[in-house]
Amino acid sequence: MSLADLIPLMPLMILAATPIAVMLVIAVYRSHSVTAVLTGIGLAGAFISLPLTSSPETGQVAMLLIVDGFARFYIGLLVAAGFAVVLLSYGYLRPYEGQCEEYYILMLLAVLGSAVIVASSHFASFFLGLEILSISLYALIAYSRLKAIGIEAGLKYLVLAATSAAFLVFGMALIYAALGTMELTRTATLISRPPAEGRSLIVMAGLIMLLVGIGFKLAVVPFHLWTPDVYQGAPAPVTAFIATVSKGSLVGLIIRFFGPVDVAALGSLFAVLAVIAVASMIFGNILALLQNNVKRLLAYSSIAHLGYLLVAFLAGGSMGPAAVTFYLIAYFVMTLGAFGVITVLSGPQREAEQIDDYRGLFWRRPWLGGAFTAMLLSLAGIPLTVGFIGKFYLVAAGVSASLWLPVVVLVLTSGIGLFYYLRVVVAIFARQPQAAAPPAALPLAGGLTLAGLTVMLVWLGLLPSPLLEFIRNII
Amino acid sequence: MILIWLIVVPTAAGLLAWLMGRRHPGWSRWISLIALGINLILALALLTQSADQLTITPGGPWLAEINLSWIPQLGVSFHLAADGLSLVLVLLTAFLGMTAVGSAWTEISEQVGFFYFNLMWVLAGITGVFLALDLFLFYFFWEMMLVPMYFIIAVWGHENRIYAAVKFFLFTQISGLLMLLAIVGLYFVHGQNTGVYTFDYRQLLGTAMSQTTAMWLMLGFLVAFLVKLPAVPLHTWLPDAHTEAPTPGSVILAGLLLKTGAYGLLRFVVPLFPQAALAFAPVGMVLAILGILYGALLAFSQTDLKRLVAYTSVSHMGFVLLGVFVWNEMALQGVVLQILCHGISTGALFILVGSIQERTHTRDMRRMGGLGSAVPRLAGVAMFFALASLGLPGLGNFVSEILILFGTYRVSVPAAVLATLGLISATIYALWMIQATFHGPNKEGWKLPDLSGREAAVMGAMIAAILWLGLYPQPVFNTTTPALHHLEQTATGKQLAARPPSQAIVLSKIDGLSEIDGHSSAPSVWPKGGIP
Repeated sequence: MSLADLIPLMPLMILAATPIAVMLVIAVYRSHSVTAVLTGIGLAGAFISLPLTSSPETGQVAMLLIVDGFARFYIGLLVAAGFAVVLLSYGYLRPYEGQCEEYYILMLLAVLGSAVIVASSHFASFFLGLEILSISLYALIAYSRLKAIGIEAGLKYLVLAATSAAFLVFGMALIYAALGTMELTRTATLISRPPAEGRSLIVMAGLIMLLVGIGFKLAVVPFHLWTPDVYQGAPAPVTAFIATVSKGSLVGLIIRFFGPVDVAALGSLFAVLAVIAVASMIFGNILALLQNNVKRLLAYSSIAHLGYLLVAFLAGGSMGPAAVTFYLIAYFVMTLGAFGVITVLSGPQREAEQIDDYRGLFWRRPWLGGAFTAMLLSLAGIPLTVGFIGKFYLVAAGVSASLWLPVVVLVLTSGIGLFYYLRVVVAIFARQPQAAAPPAALPLAGGLTLAGLTVMLVWLGLLPSPLLEFIRNII
Repeated sequence: MILIWLIVVPTAAGLLAWLMGRRHPGWSRWISLIALGINLILALALLTQSADQLTITPGGPWLAEINLSWIPQLGVSFHLAADGLSLVLVLLTAFLGMTAVGSAWTEISEQVGFFYFNLMWVLAGITGVFLALDLFLFYFFWEMMLVPMYFIIAVWGHENRIYAAVKFFLFTQISGLLMLLAIVGLYFVHGQNTGVYTFDYRQLLGTAMSQTTAMWLMLGFLVAFLVKLPAVPLHTWLPDAHTEAPTPGSVILAGLLLKTGAYGLLRFVVPLFPQAALAFAPVGMVLAILGILYGALLAFSQTDLKRLVAYTSVSHMGFVLLGVFVWNEMALQGVVLQILCHGISTGALFILVGSIQERTHTRDMRRMGGLGSAVPRLAGVAMFFALASLGLPGLGNFVSEILILFGTYRVSVPAAVLATLGLISATIYALWMIQATFHGPNKEGWKLPDLSGREAAVMGAMIAAILWLGLYPQPVFNTTTPALHHLEQTATGKQLAARPPSQAIVLSKIDGLSEIDGHSSAPSVWPKGGIP
C-alpha cells in the first residue's frame, strides 16, 4: 500500500469523507437544504473524480479493492443513481415533521457500501461493503419512524438481511476452507479449472450459500418474500434506492465474480441459476397482476426484471455481461423514473401508492403523466424507450447461447407484464371530470430529475450505440 | 431522402399538433391534414419521378433507398427502401390518413391535440413498417404503431373501450414478441453460417437452415402477421377493437393496420422461408377459407352495425391470406389490389357507420330501418360501398377477389370453389345490412341531417378511388408487378434449387390483366392440391 494507491481510491474516499463532513456540519448548524446541497456536492465530487483518477493500470489496491474501468463504471452508475434519489428525496422530506438531516448521512453511507461492493476483489471487502449498505438501509427503510408500516418493513428487512448475511459468510467460510483463498478472481479460476478438485461438494455448498445471500439482495425467487412489504413500507425514495443501487451493486459483483467462470460448465449451479431466473420471471409477473398498490406492483415487477437480467447473465460469453450491464442501466433509468413519479406525488405523511391515486393523472398533470407512462412502457419493453433496446439485447444474448427455455419464458412473461403496466396506464389516462383546483406545483429538484430521466429514457432508446460501445470497451 | 421525410413529416406534425392543439383544437386538424397531404405528394413524386426506372436490378426493383448506420454493434441499420409494393401502400396510408382526419373532424371533441398526436404517430409507424428493410427497424416501427393505437381506442373509444384496447394490445404485443424471437433466431442462424451478424433483410434472404429451424422461425413471424391480418383462430381481438374504437381509429385499424399483416406475409414470411411457407401452405389455405366463411357467417349474425362491418374484414382478409399462400403472380396481384380496395371500401363503411352513430347515438340495427328516407345521400353512398364490399363488377373489390380466385383455381379447385362461397355470402350480408338499416319502415321516426359538405367530400374521394381501381387498375399493376415479380423470384429461386429440374419453371413477366384472357398462363409454382 503506497501513496500512489490512494489515487484510484479517490472516489471511495470522497464518498467516505462526505458523510463525516455532513455529520460535523449538522452538529454545528442543522439545516435541511445545507445538508442536501452538501450531500449533492459530495456525490457529484465522487462522480467527477472517477474519470480524473482513471489510469491504464489495473487499479488493484492491496488485496481488498480493485478500481478498474469496470468498477469505475459501476461506481459512476451507483453514484449517479444515488444523486437522483437525493434530488427526489429533498422535495419528499420537506414536509417531514421529524429531523431529516440524518437521512442524507445514511444515504451517503449506503452509496459508499454499494460502491465498495462493486470495487471489491476479496470476500472481506465484499462483506464489509454489503454490511455498510444493509445497516444504512435498515434505518432508511424505517425512517418515517412514527408509521407502523415503515417500522414493520424495517424490522422485516433487518431480520431477513441478517439471516442472509449469515448464509453469505458461511458460504465464504466453506469456500475458503476448501480452496484456501478469499480473493474473488482466484476463487473463480479455481472453480472453473477443469479437474473437479475446485468443484468439490464443499465448494458447491459454499457457492449455493453465497447465492442465497446475493439472491436475497437481488430479490429473486425464492428469496423475494421481503420485497413487496419493504417496497411498500419504505419511504418512496428509499424504495427507489433499494430497487436500483442496492440491487445494481450486487449485479456488478456477480459479473465480476463469475466473469472468468464459464457458468454453463458448472452444471448444477447453472441449473440452480436457471431455475431462479425462470421462477423469478414467472412468479414476479403473475403476482404483480394481483396488486392494486403501485409500489407492490413495481416490487413484483422488479423481481421479474432481475429474472430477465439473469437470463443474459447465464448466457455469458461475449454478449452476456454487456447485455446485463446495458439492461441494468435501462432498469435504473426506468425504475428511478417510476419511483420518482411516486415520490413527487407523495409525502412522508401519505404515499400516493394506490392505482386510484393515478386516475386521470395525465389530464391533471400532462408532463408527469406522460413521464410515468413513458417509464411504464419502457418497463414493458416498448420501442422508442431504452427498455426495448435493453430487452432486445437480453433476448439476443439468450438466443446466442441457445437458452431457449429461459428466453421463451422471458418473452411470454413479458406479455403478462404488459397487462399490469397497462392497468396503471389505463388509470393514468382515465377521463375524469375536471378538478376544481389546479394541482400544487411539483418540487423543482424532483421535477428536473424526472425530466432528465425521461429524456435519457428516450435518448438511449433511439441512439443506444455510443453507450453500447462504451460498455463493450469496459467489459 | 424522401423516404426519411415520409416518416419525419407525420412524426413532427404529430408533436406540433399536440402543442398547438392546447391553444386551439382547429390547428391540430389542419396541421395533420396538411402533413398527410405532403406525404401523399411526396409518395406520388417518388412514383412519377422514377416511373421509367421500374426495371429489375440485381438487388431488386427498388425505387428509392437509404441506408444509415444506427446500432452497428448489433448489426442494426436504419435501412429504408421502397419498391412499387411499398410505395402503393404508403400512398394508401396517406390517403386513408386524410379520410381519417376528415372523419375525426367533428367526432373527436375532447383532448383534440393529443388525439392527432396519436393519429399521426400511428400513421408514421405504419409508413415505417411499409418501408423498413432492416428487421430490427421493422420491429421497431411495428411496435411504434401499437401504442398510439392503444391510446386512440382507450381514450376516445366507445362504452367498452378499455377492455377492447387492452385485448388489442395484448394480442398484438405478445405475437409481436414471438416475431422478435424469430427475428433474433434468424439473426443468429445467419451469423453462425456466415460470420456476419446483421438484421439487413437482403442479406438475410436465402439464409441456409434446416427444415425444422425454418419452420419454427417462420411460425414466429407468421403468428404476428396472422394476428394482425387477422386469420381465424387469432381474430378475436378484431371485432372488439374495431367496434369500440372511434371512427378514425376504426378506419386506420381496418384500412391500414390489418394491411401490415398482409404486407409482412408478402415481404418477409414467404421470401425468407420459402420452403417452410410451402410446407405450411395447405394449412394456410384452410385457415384462409375458414376465415372467409366464418367471418361472413358472423357478420350476418350481428345486430351491431359496426361489429358487422368488423366481421366483414375477417372475411375479406381471408382472401388476402388465400392469395398469399397460393403465391402465383395472378393471386399476388389480386392480394395487392384487395389490400387497397378493402382498405378504402371498409374505411368508407366505418366512416358511414360513424356518421350514423354520430346522428342517432346508436349502432343497434334493430333500432334502425327506414333511414333511407331520412338521409338519402348517406344511404346512397352506403349502398355503393356495400356493393363494392360484395364484389360488384366495375368496382375494385371485384377485380381483386376474382384475381385471387383465378389464381387459386390453378392451385386447388376445391379451395377456389369454397372461397367463391364467400363471395355469395358477402352478397347476403351486405344487402341484408342495407335492407335492415336504410329500408323498411322508419320505426323510431328518425329525422336526421344528411351528409355535410365535408363528409360528402371524403366520400366522393373514396368513391372515385374505388371506381378507378375497378375500371382501370392497370397503373397499380404496372407499379407493383416488378416488386411482386422480384418477391416471387426470391422465393422460387430457392425452391427451384431444392426441387428436381423437371419442375423448374420460368416465370414469364405478366403484363397486367392480360393473363386473365389466357394469353400467357404461367403455371403455378406451387404444387396442385394445396388442400389436403
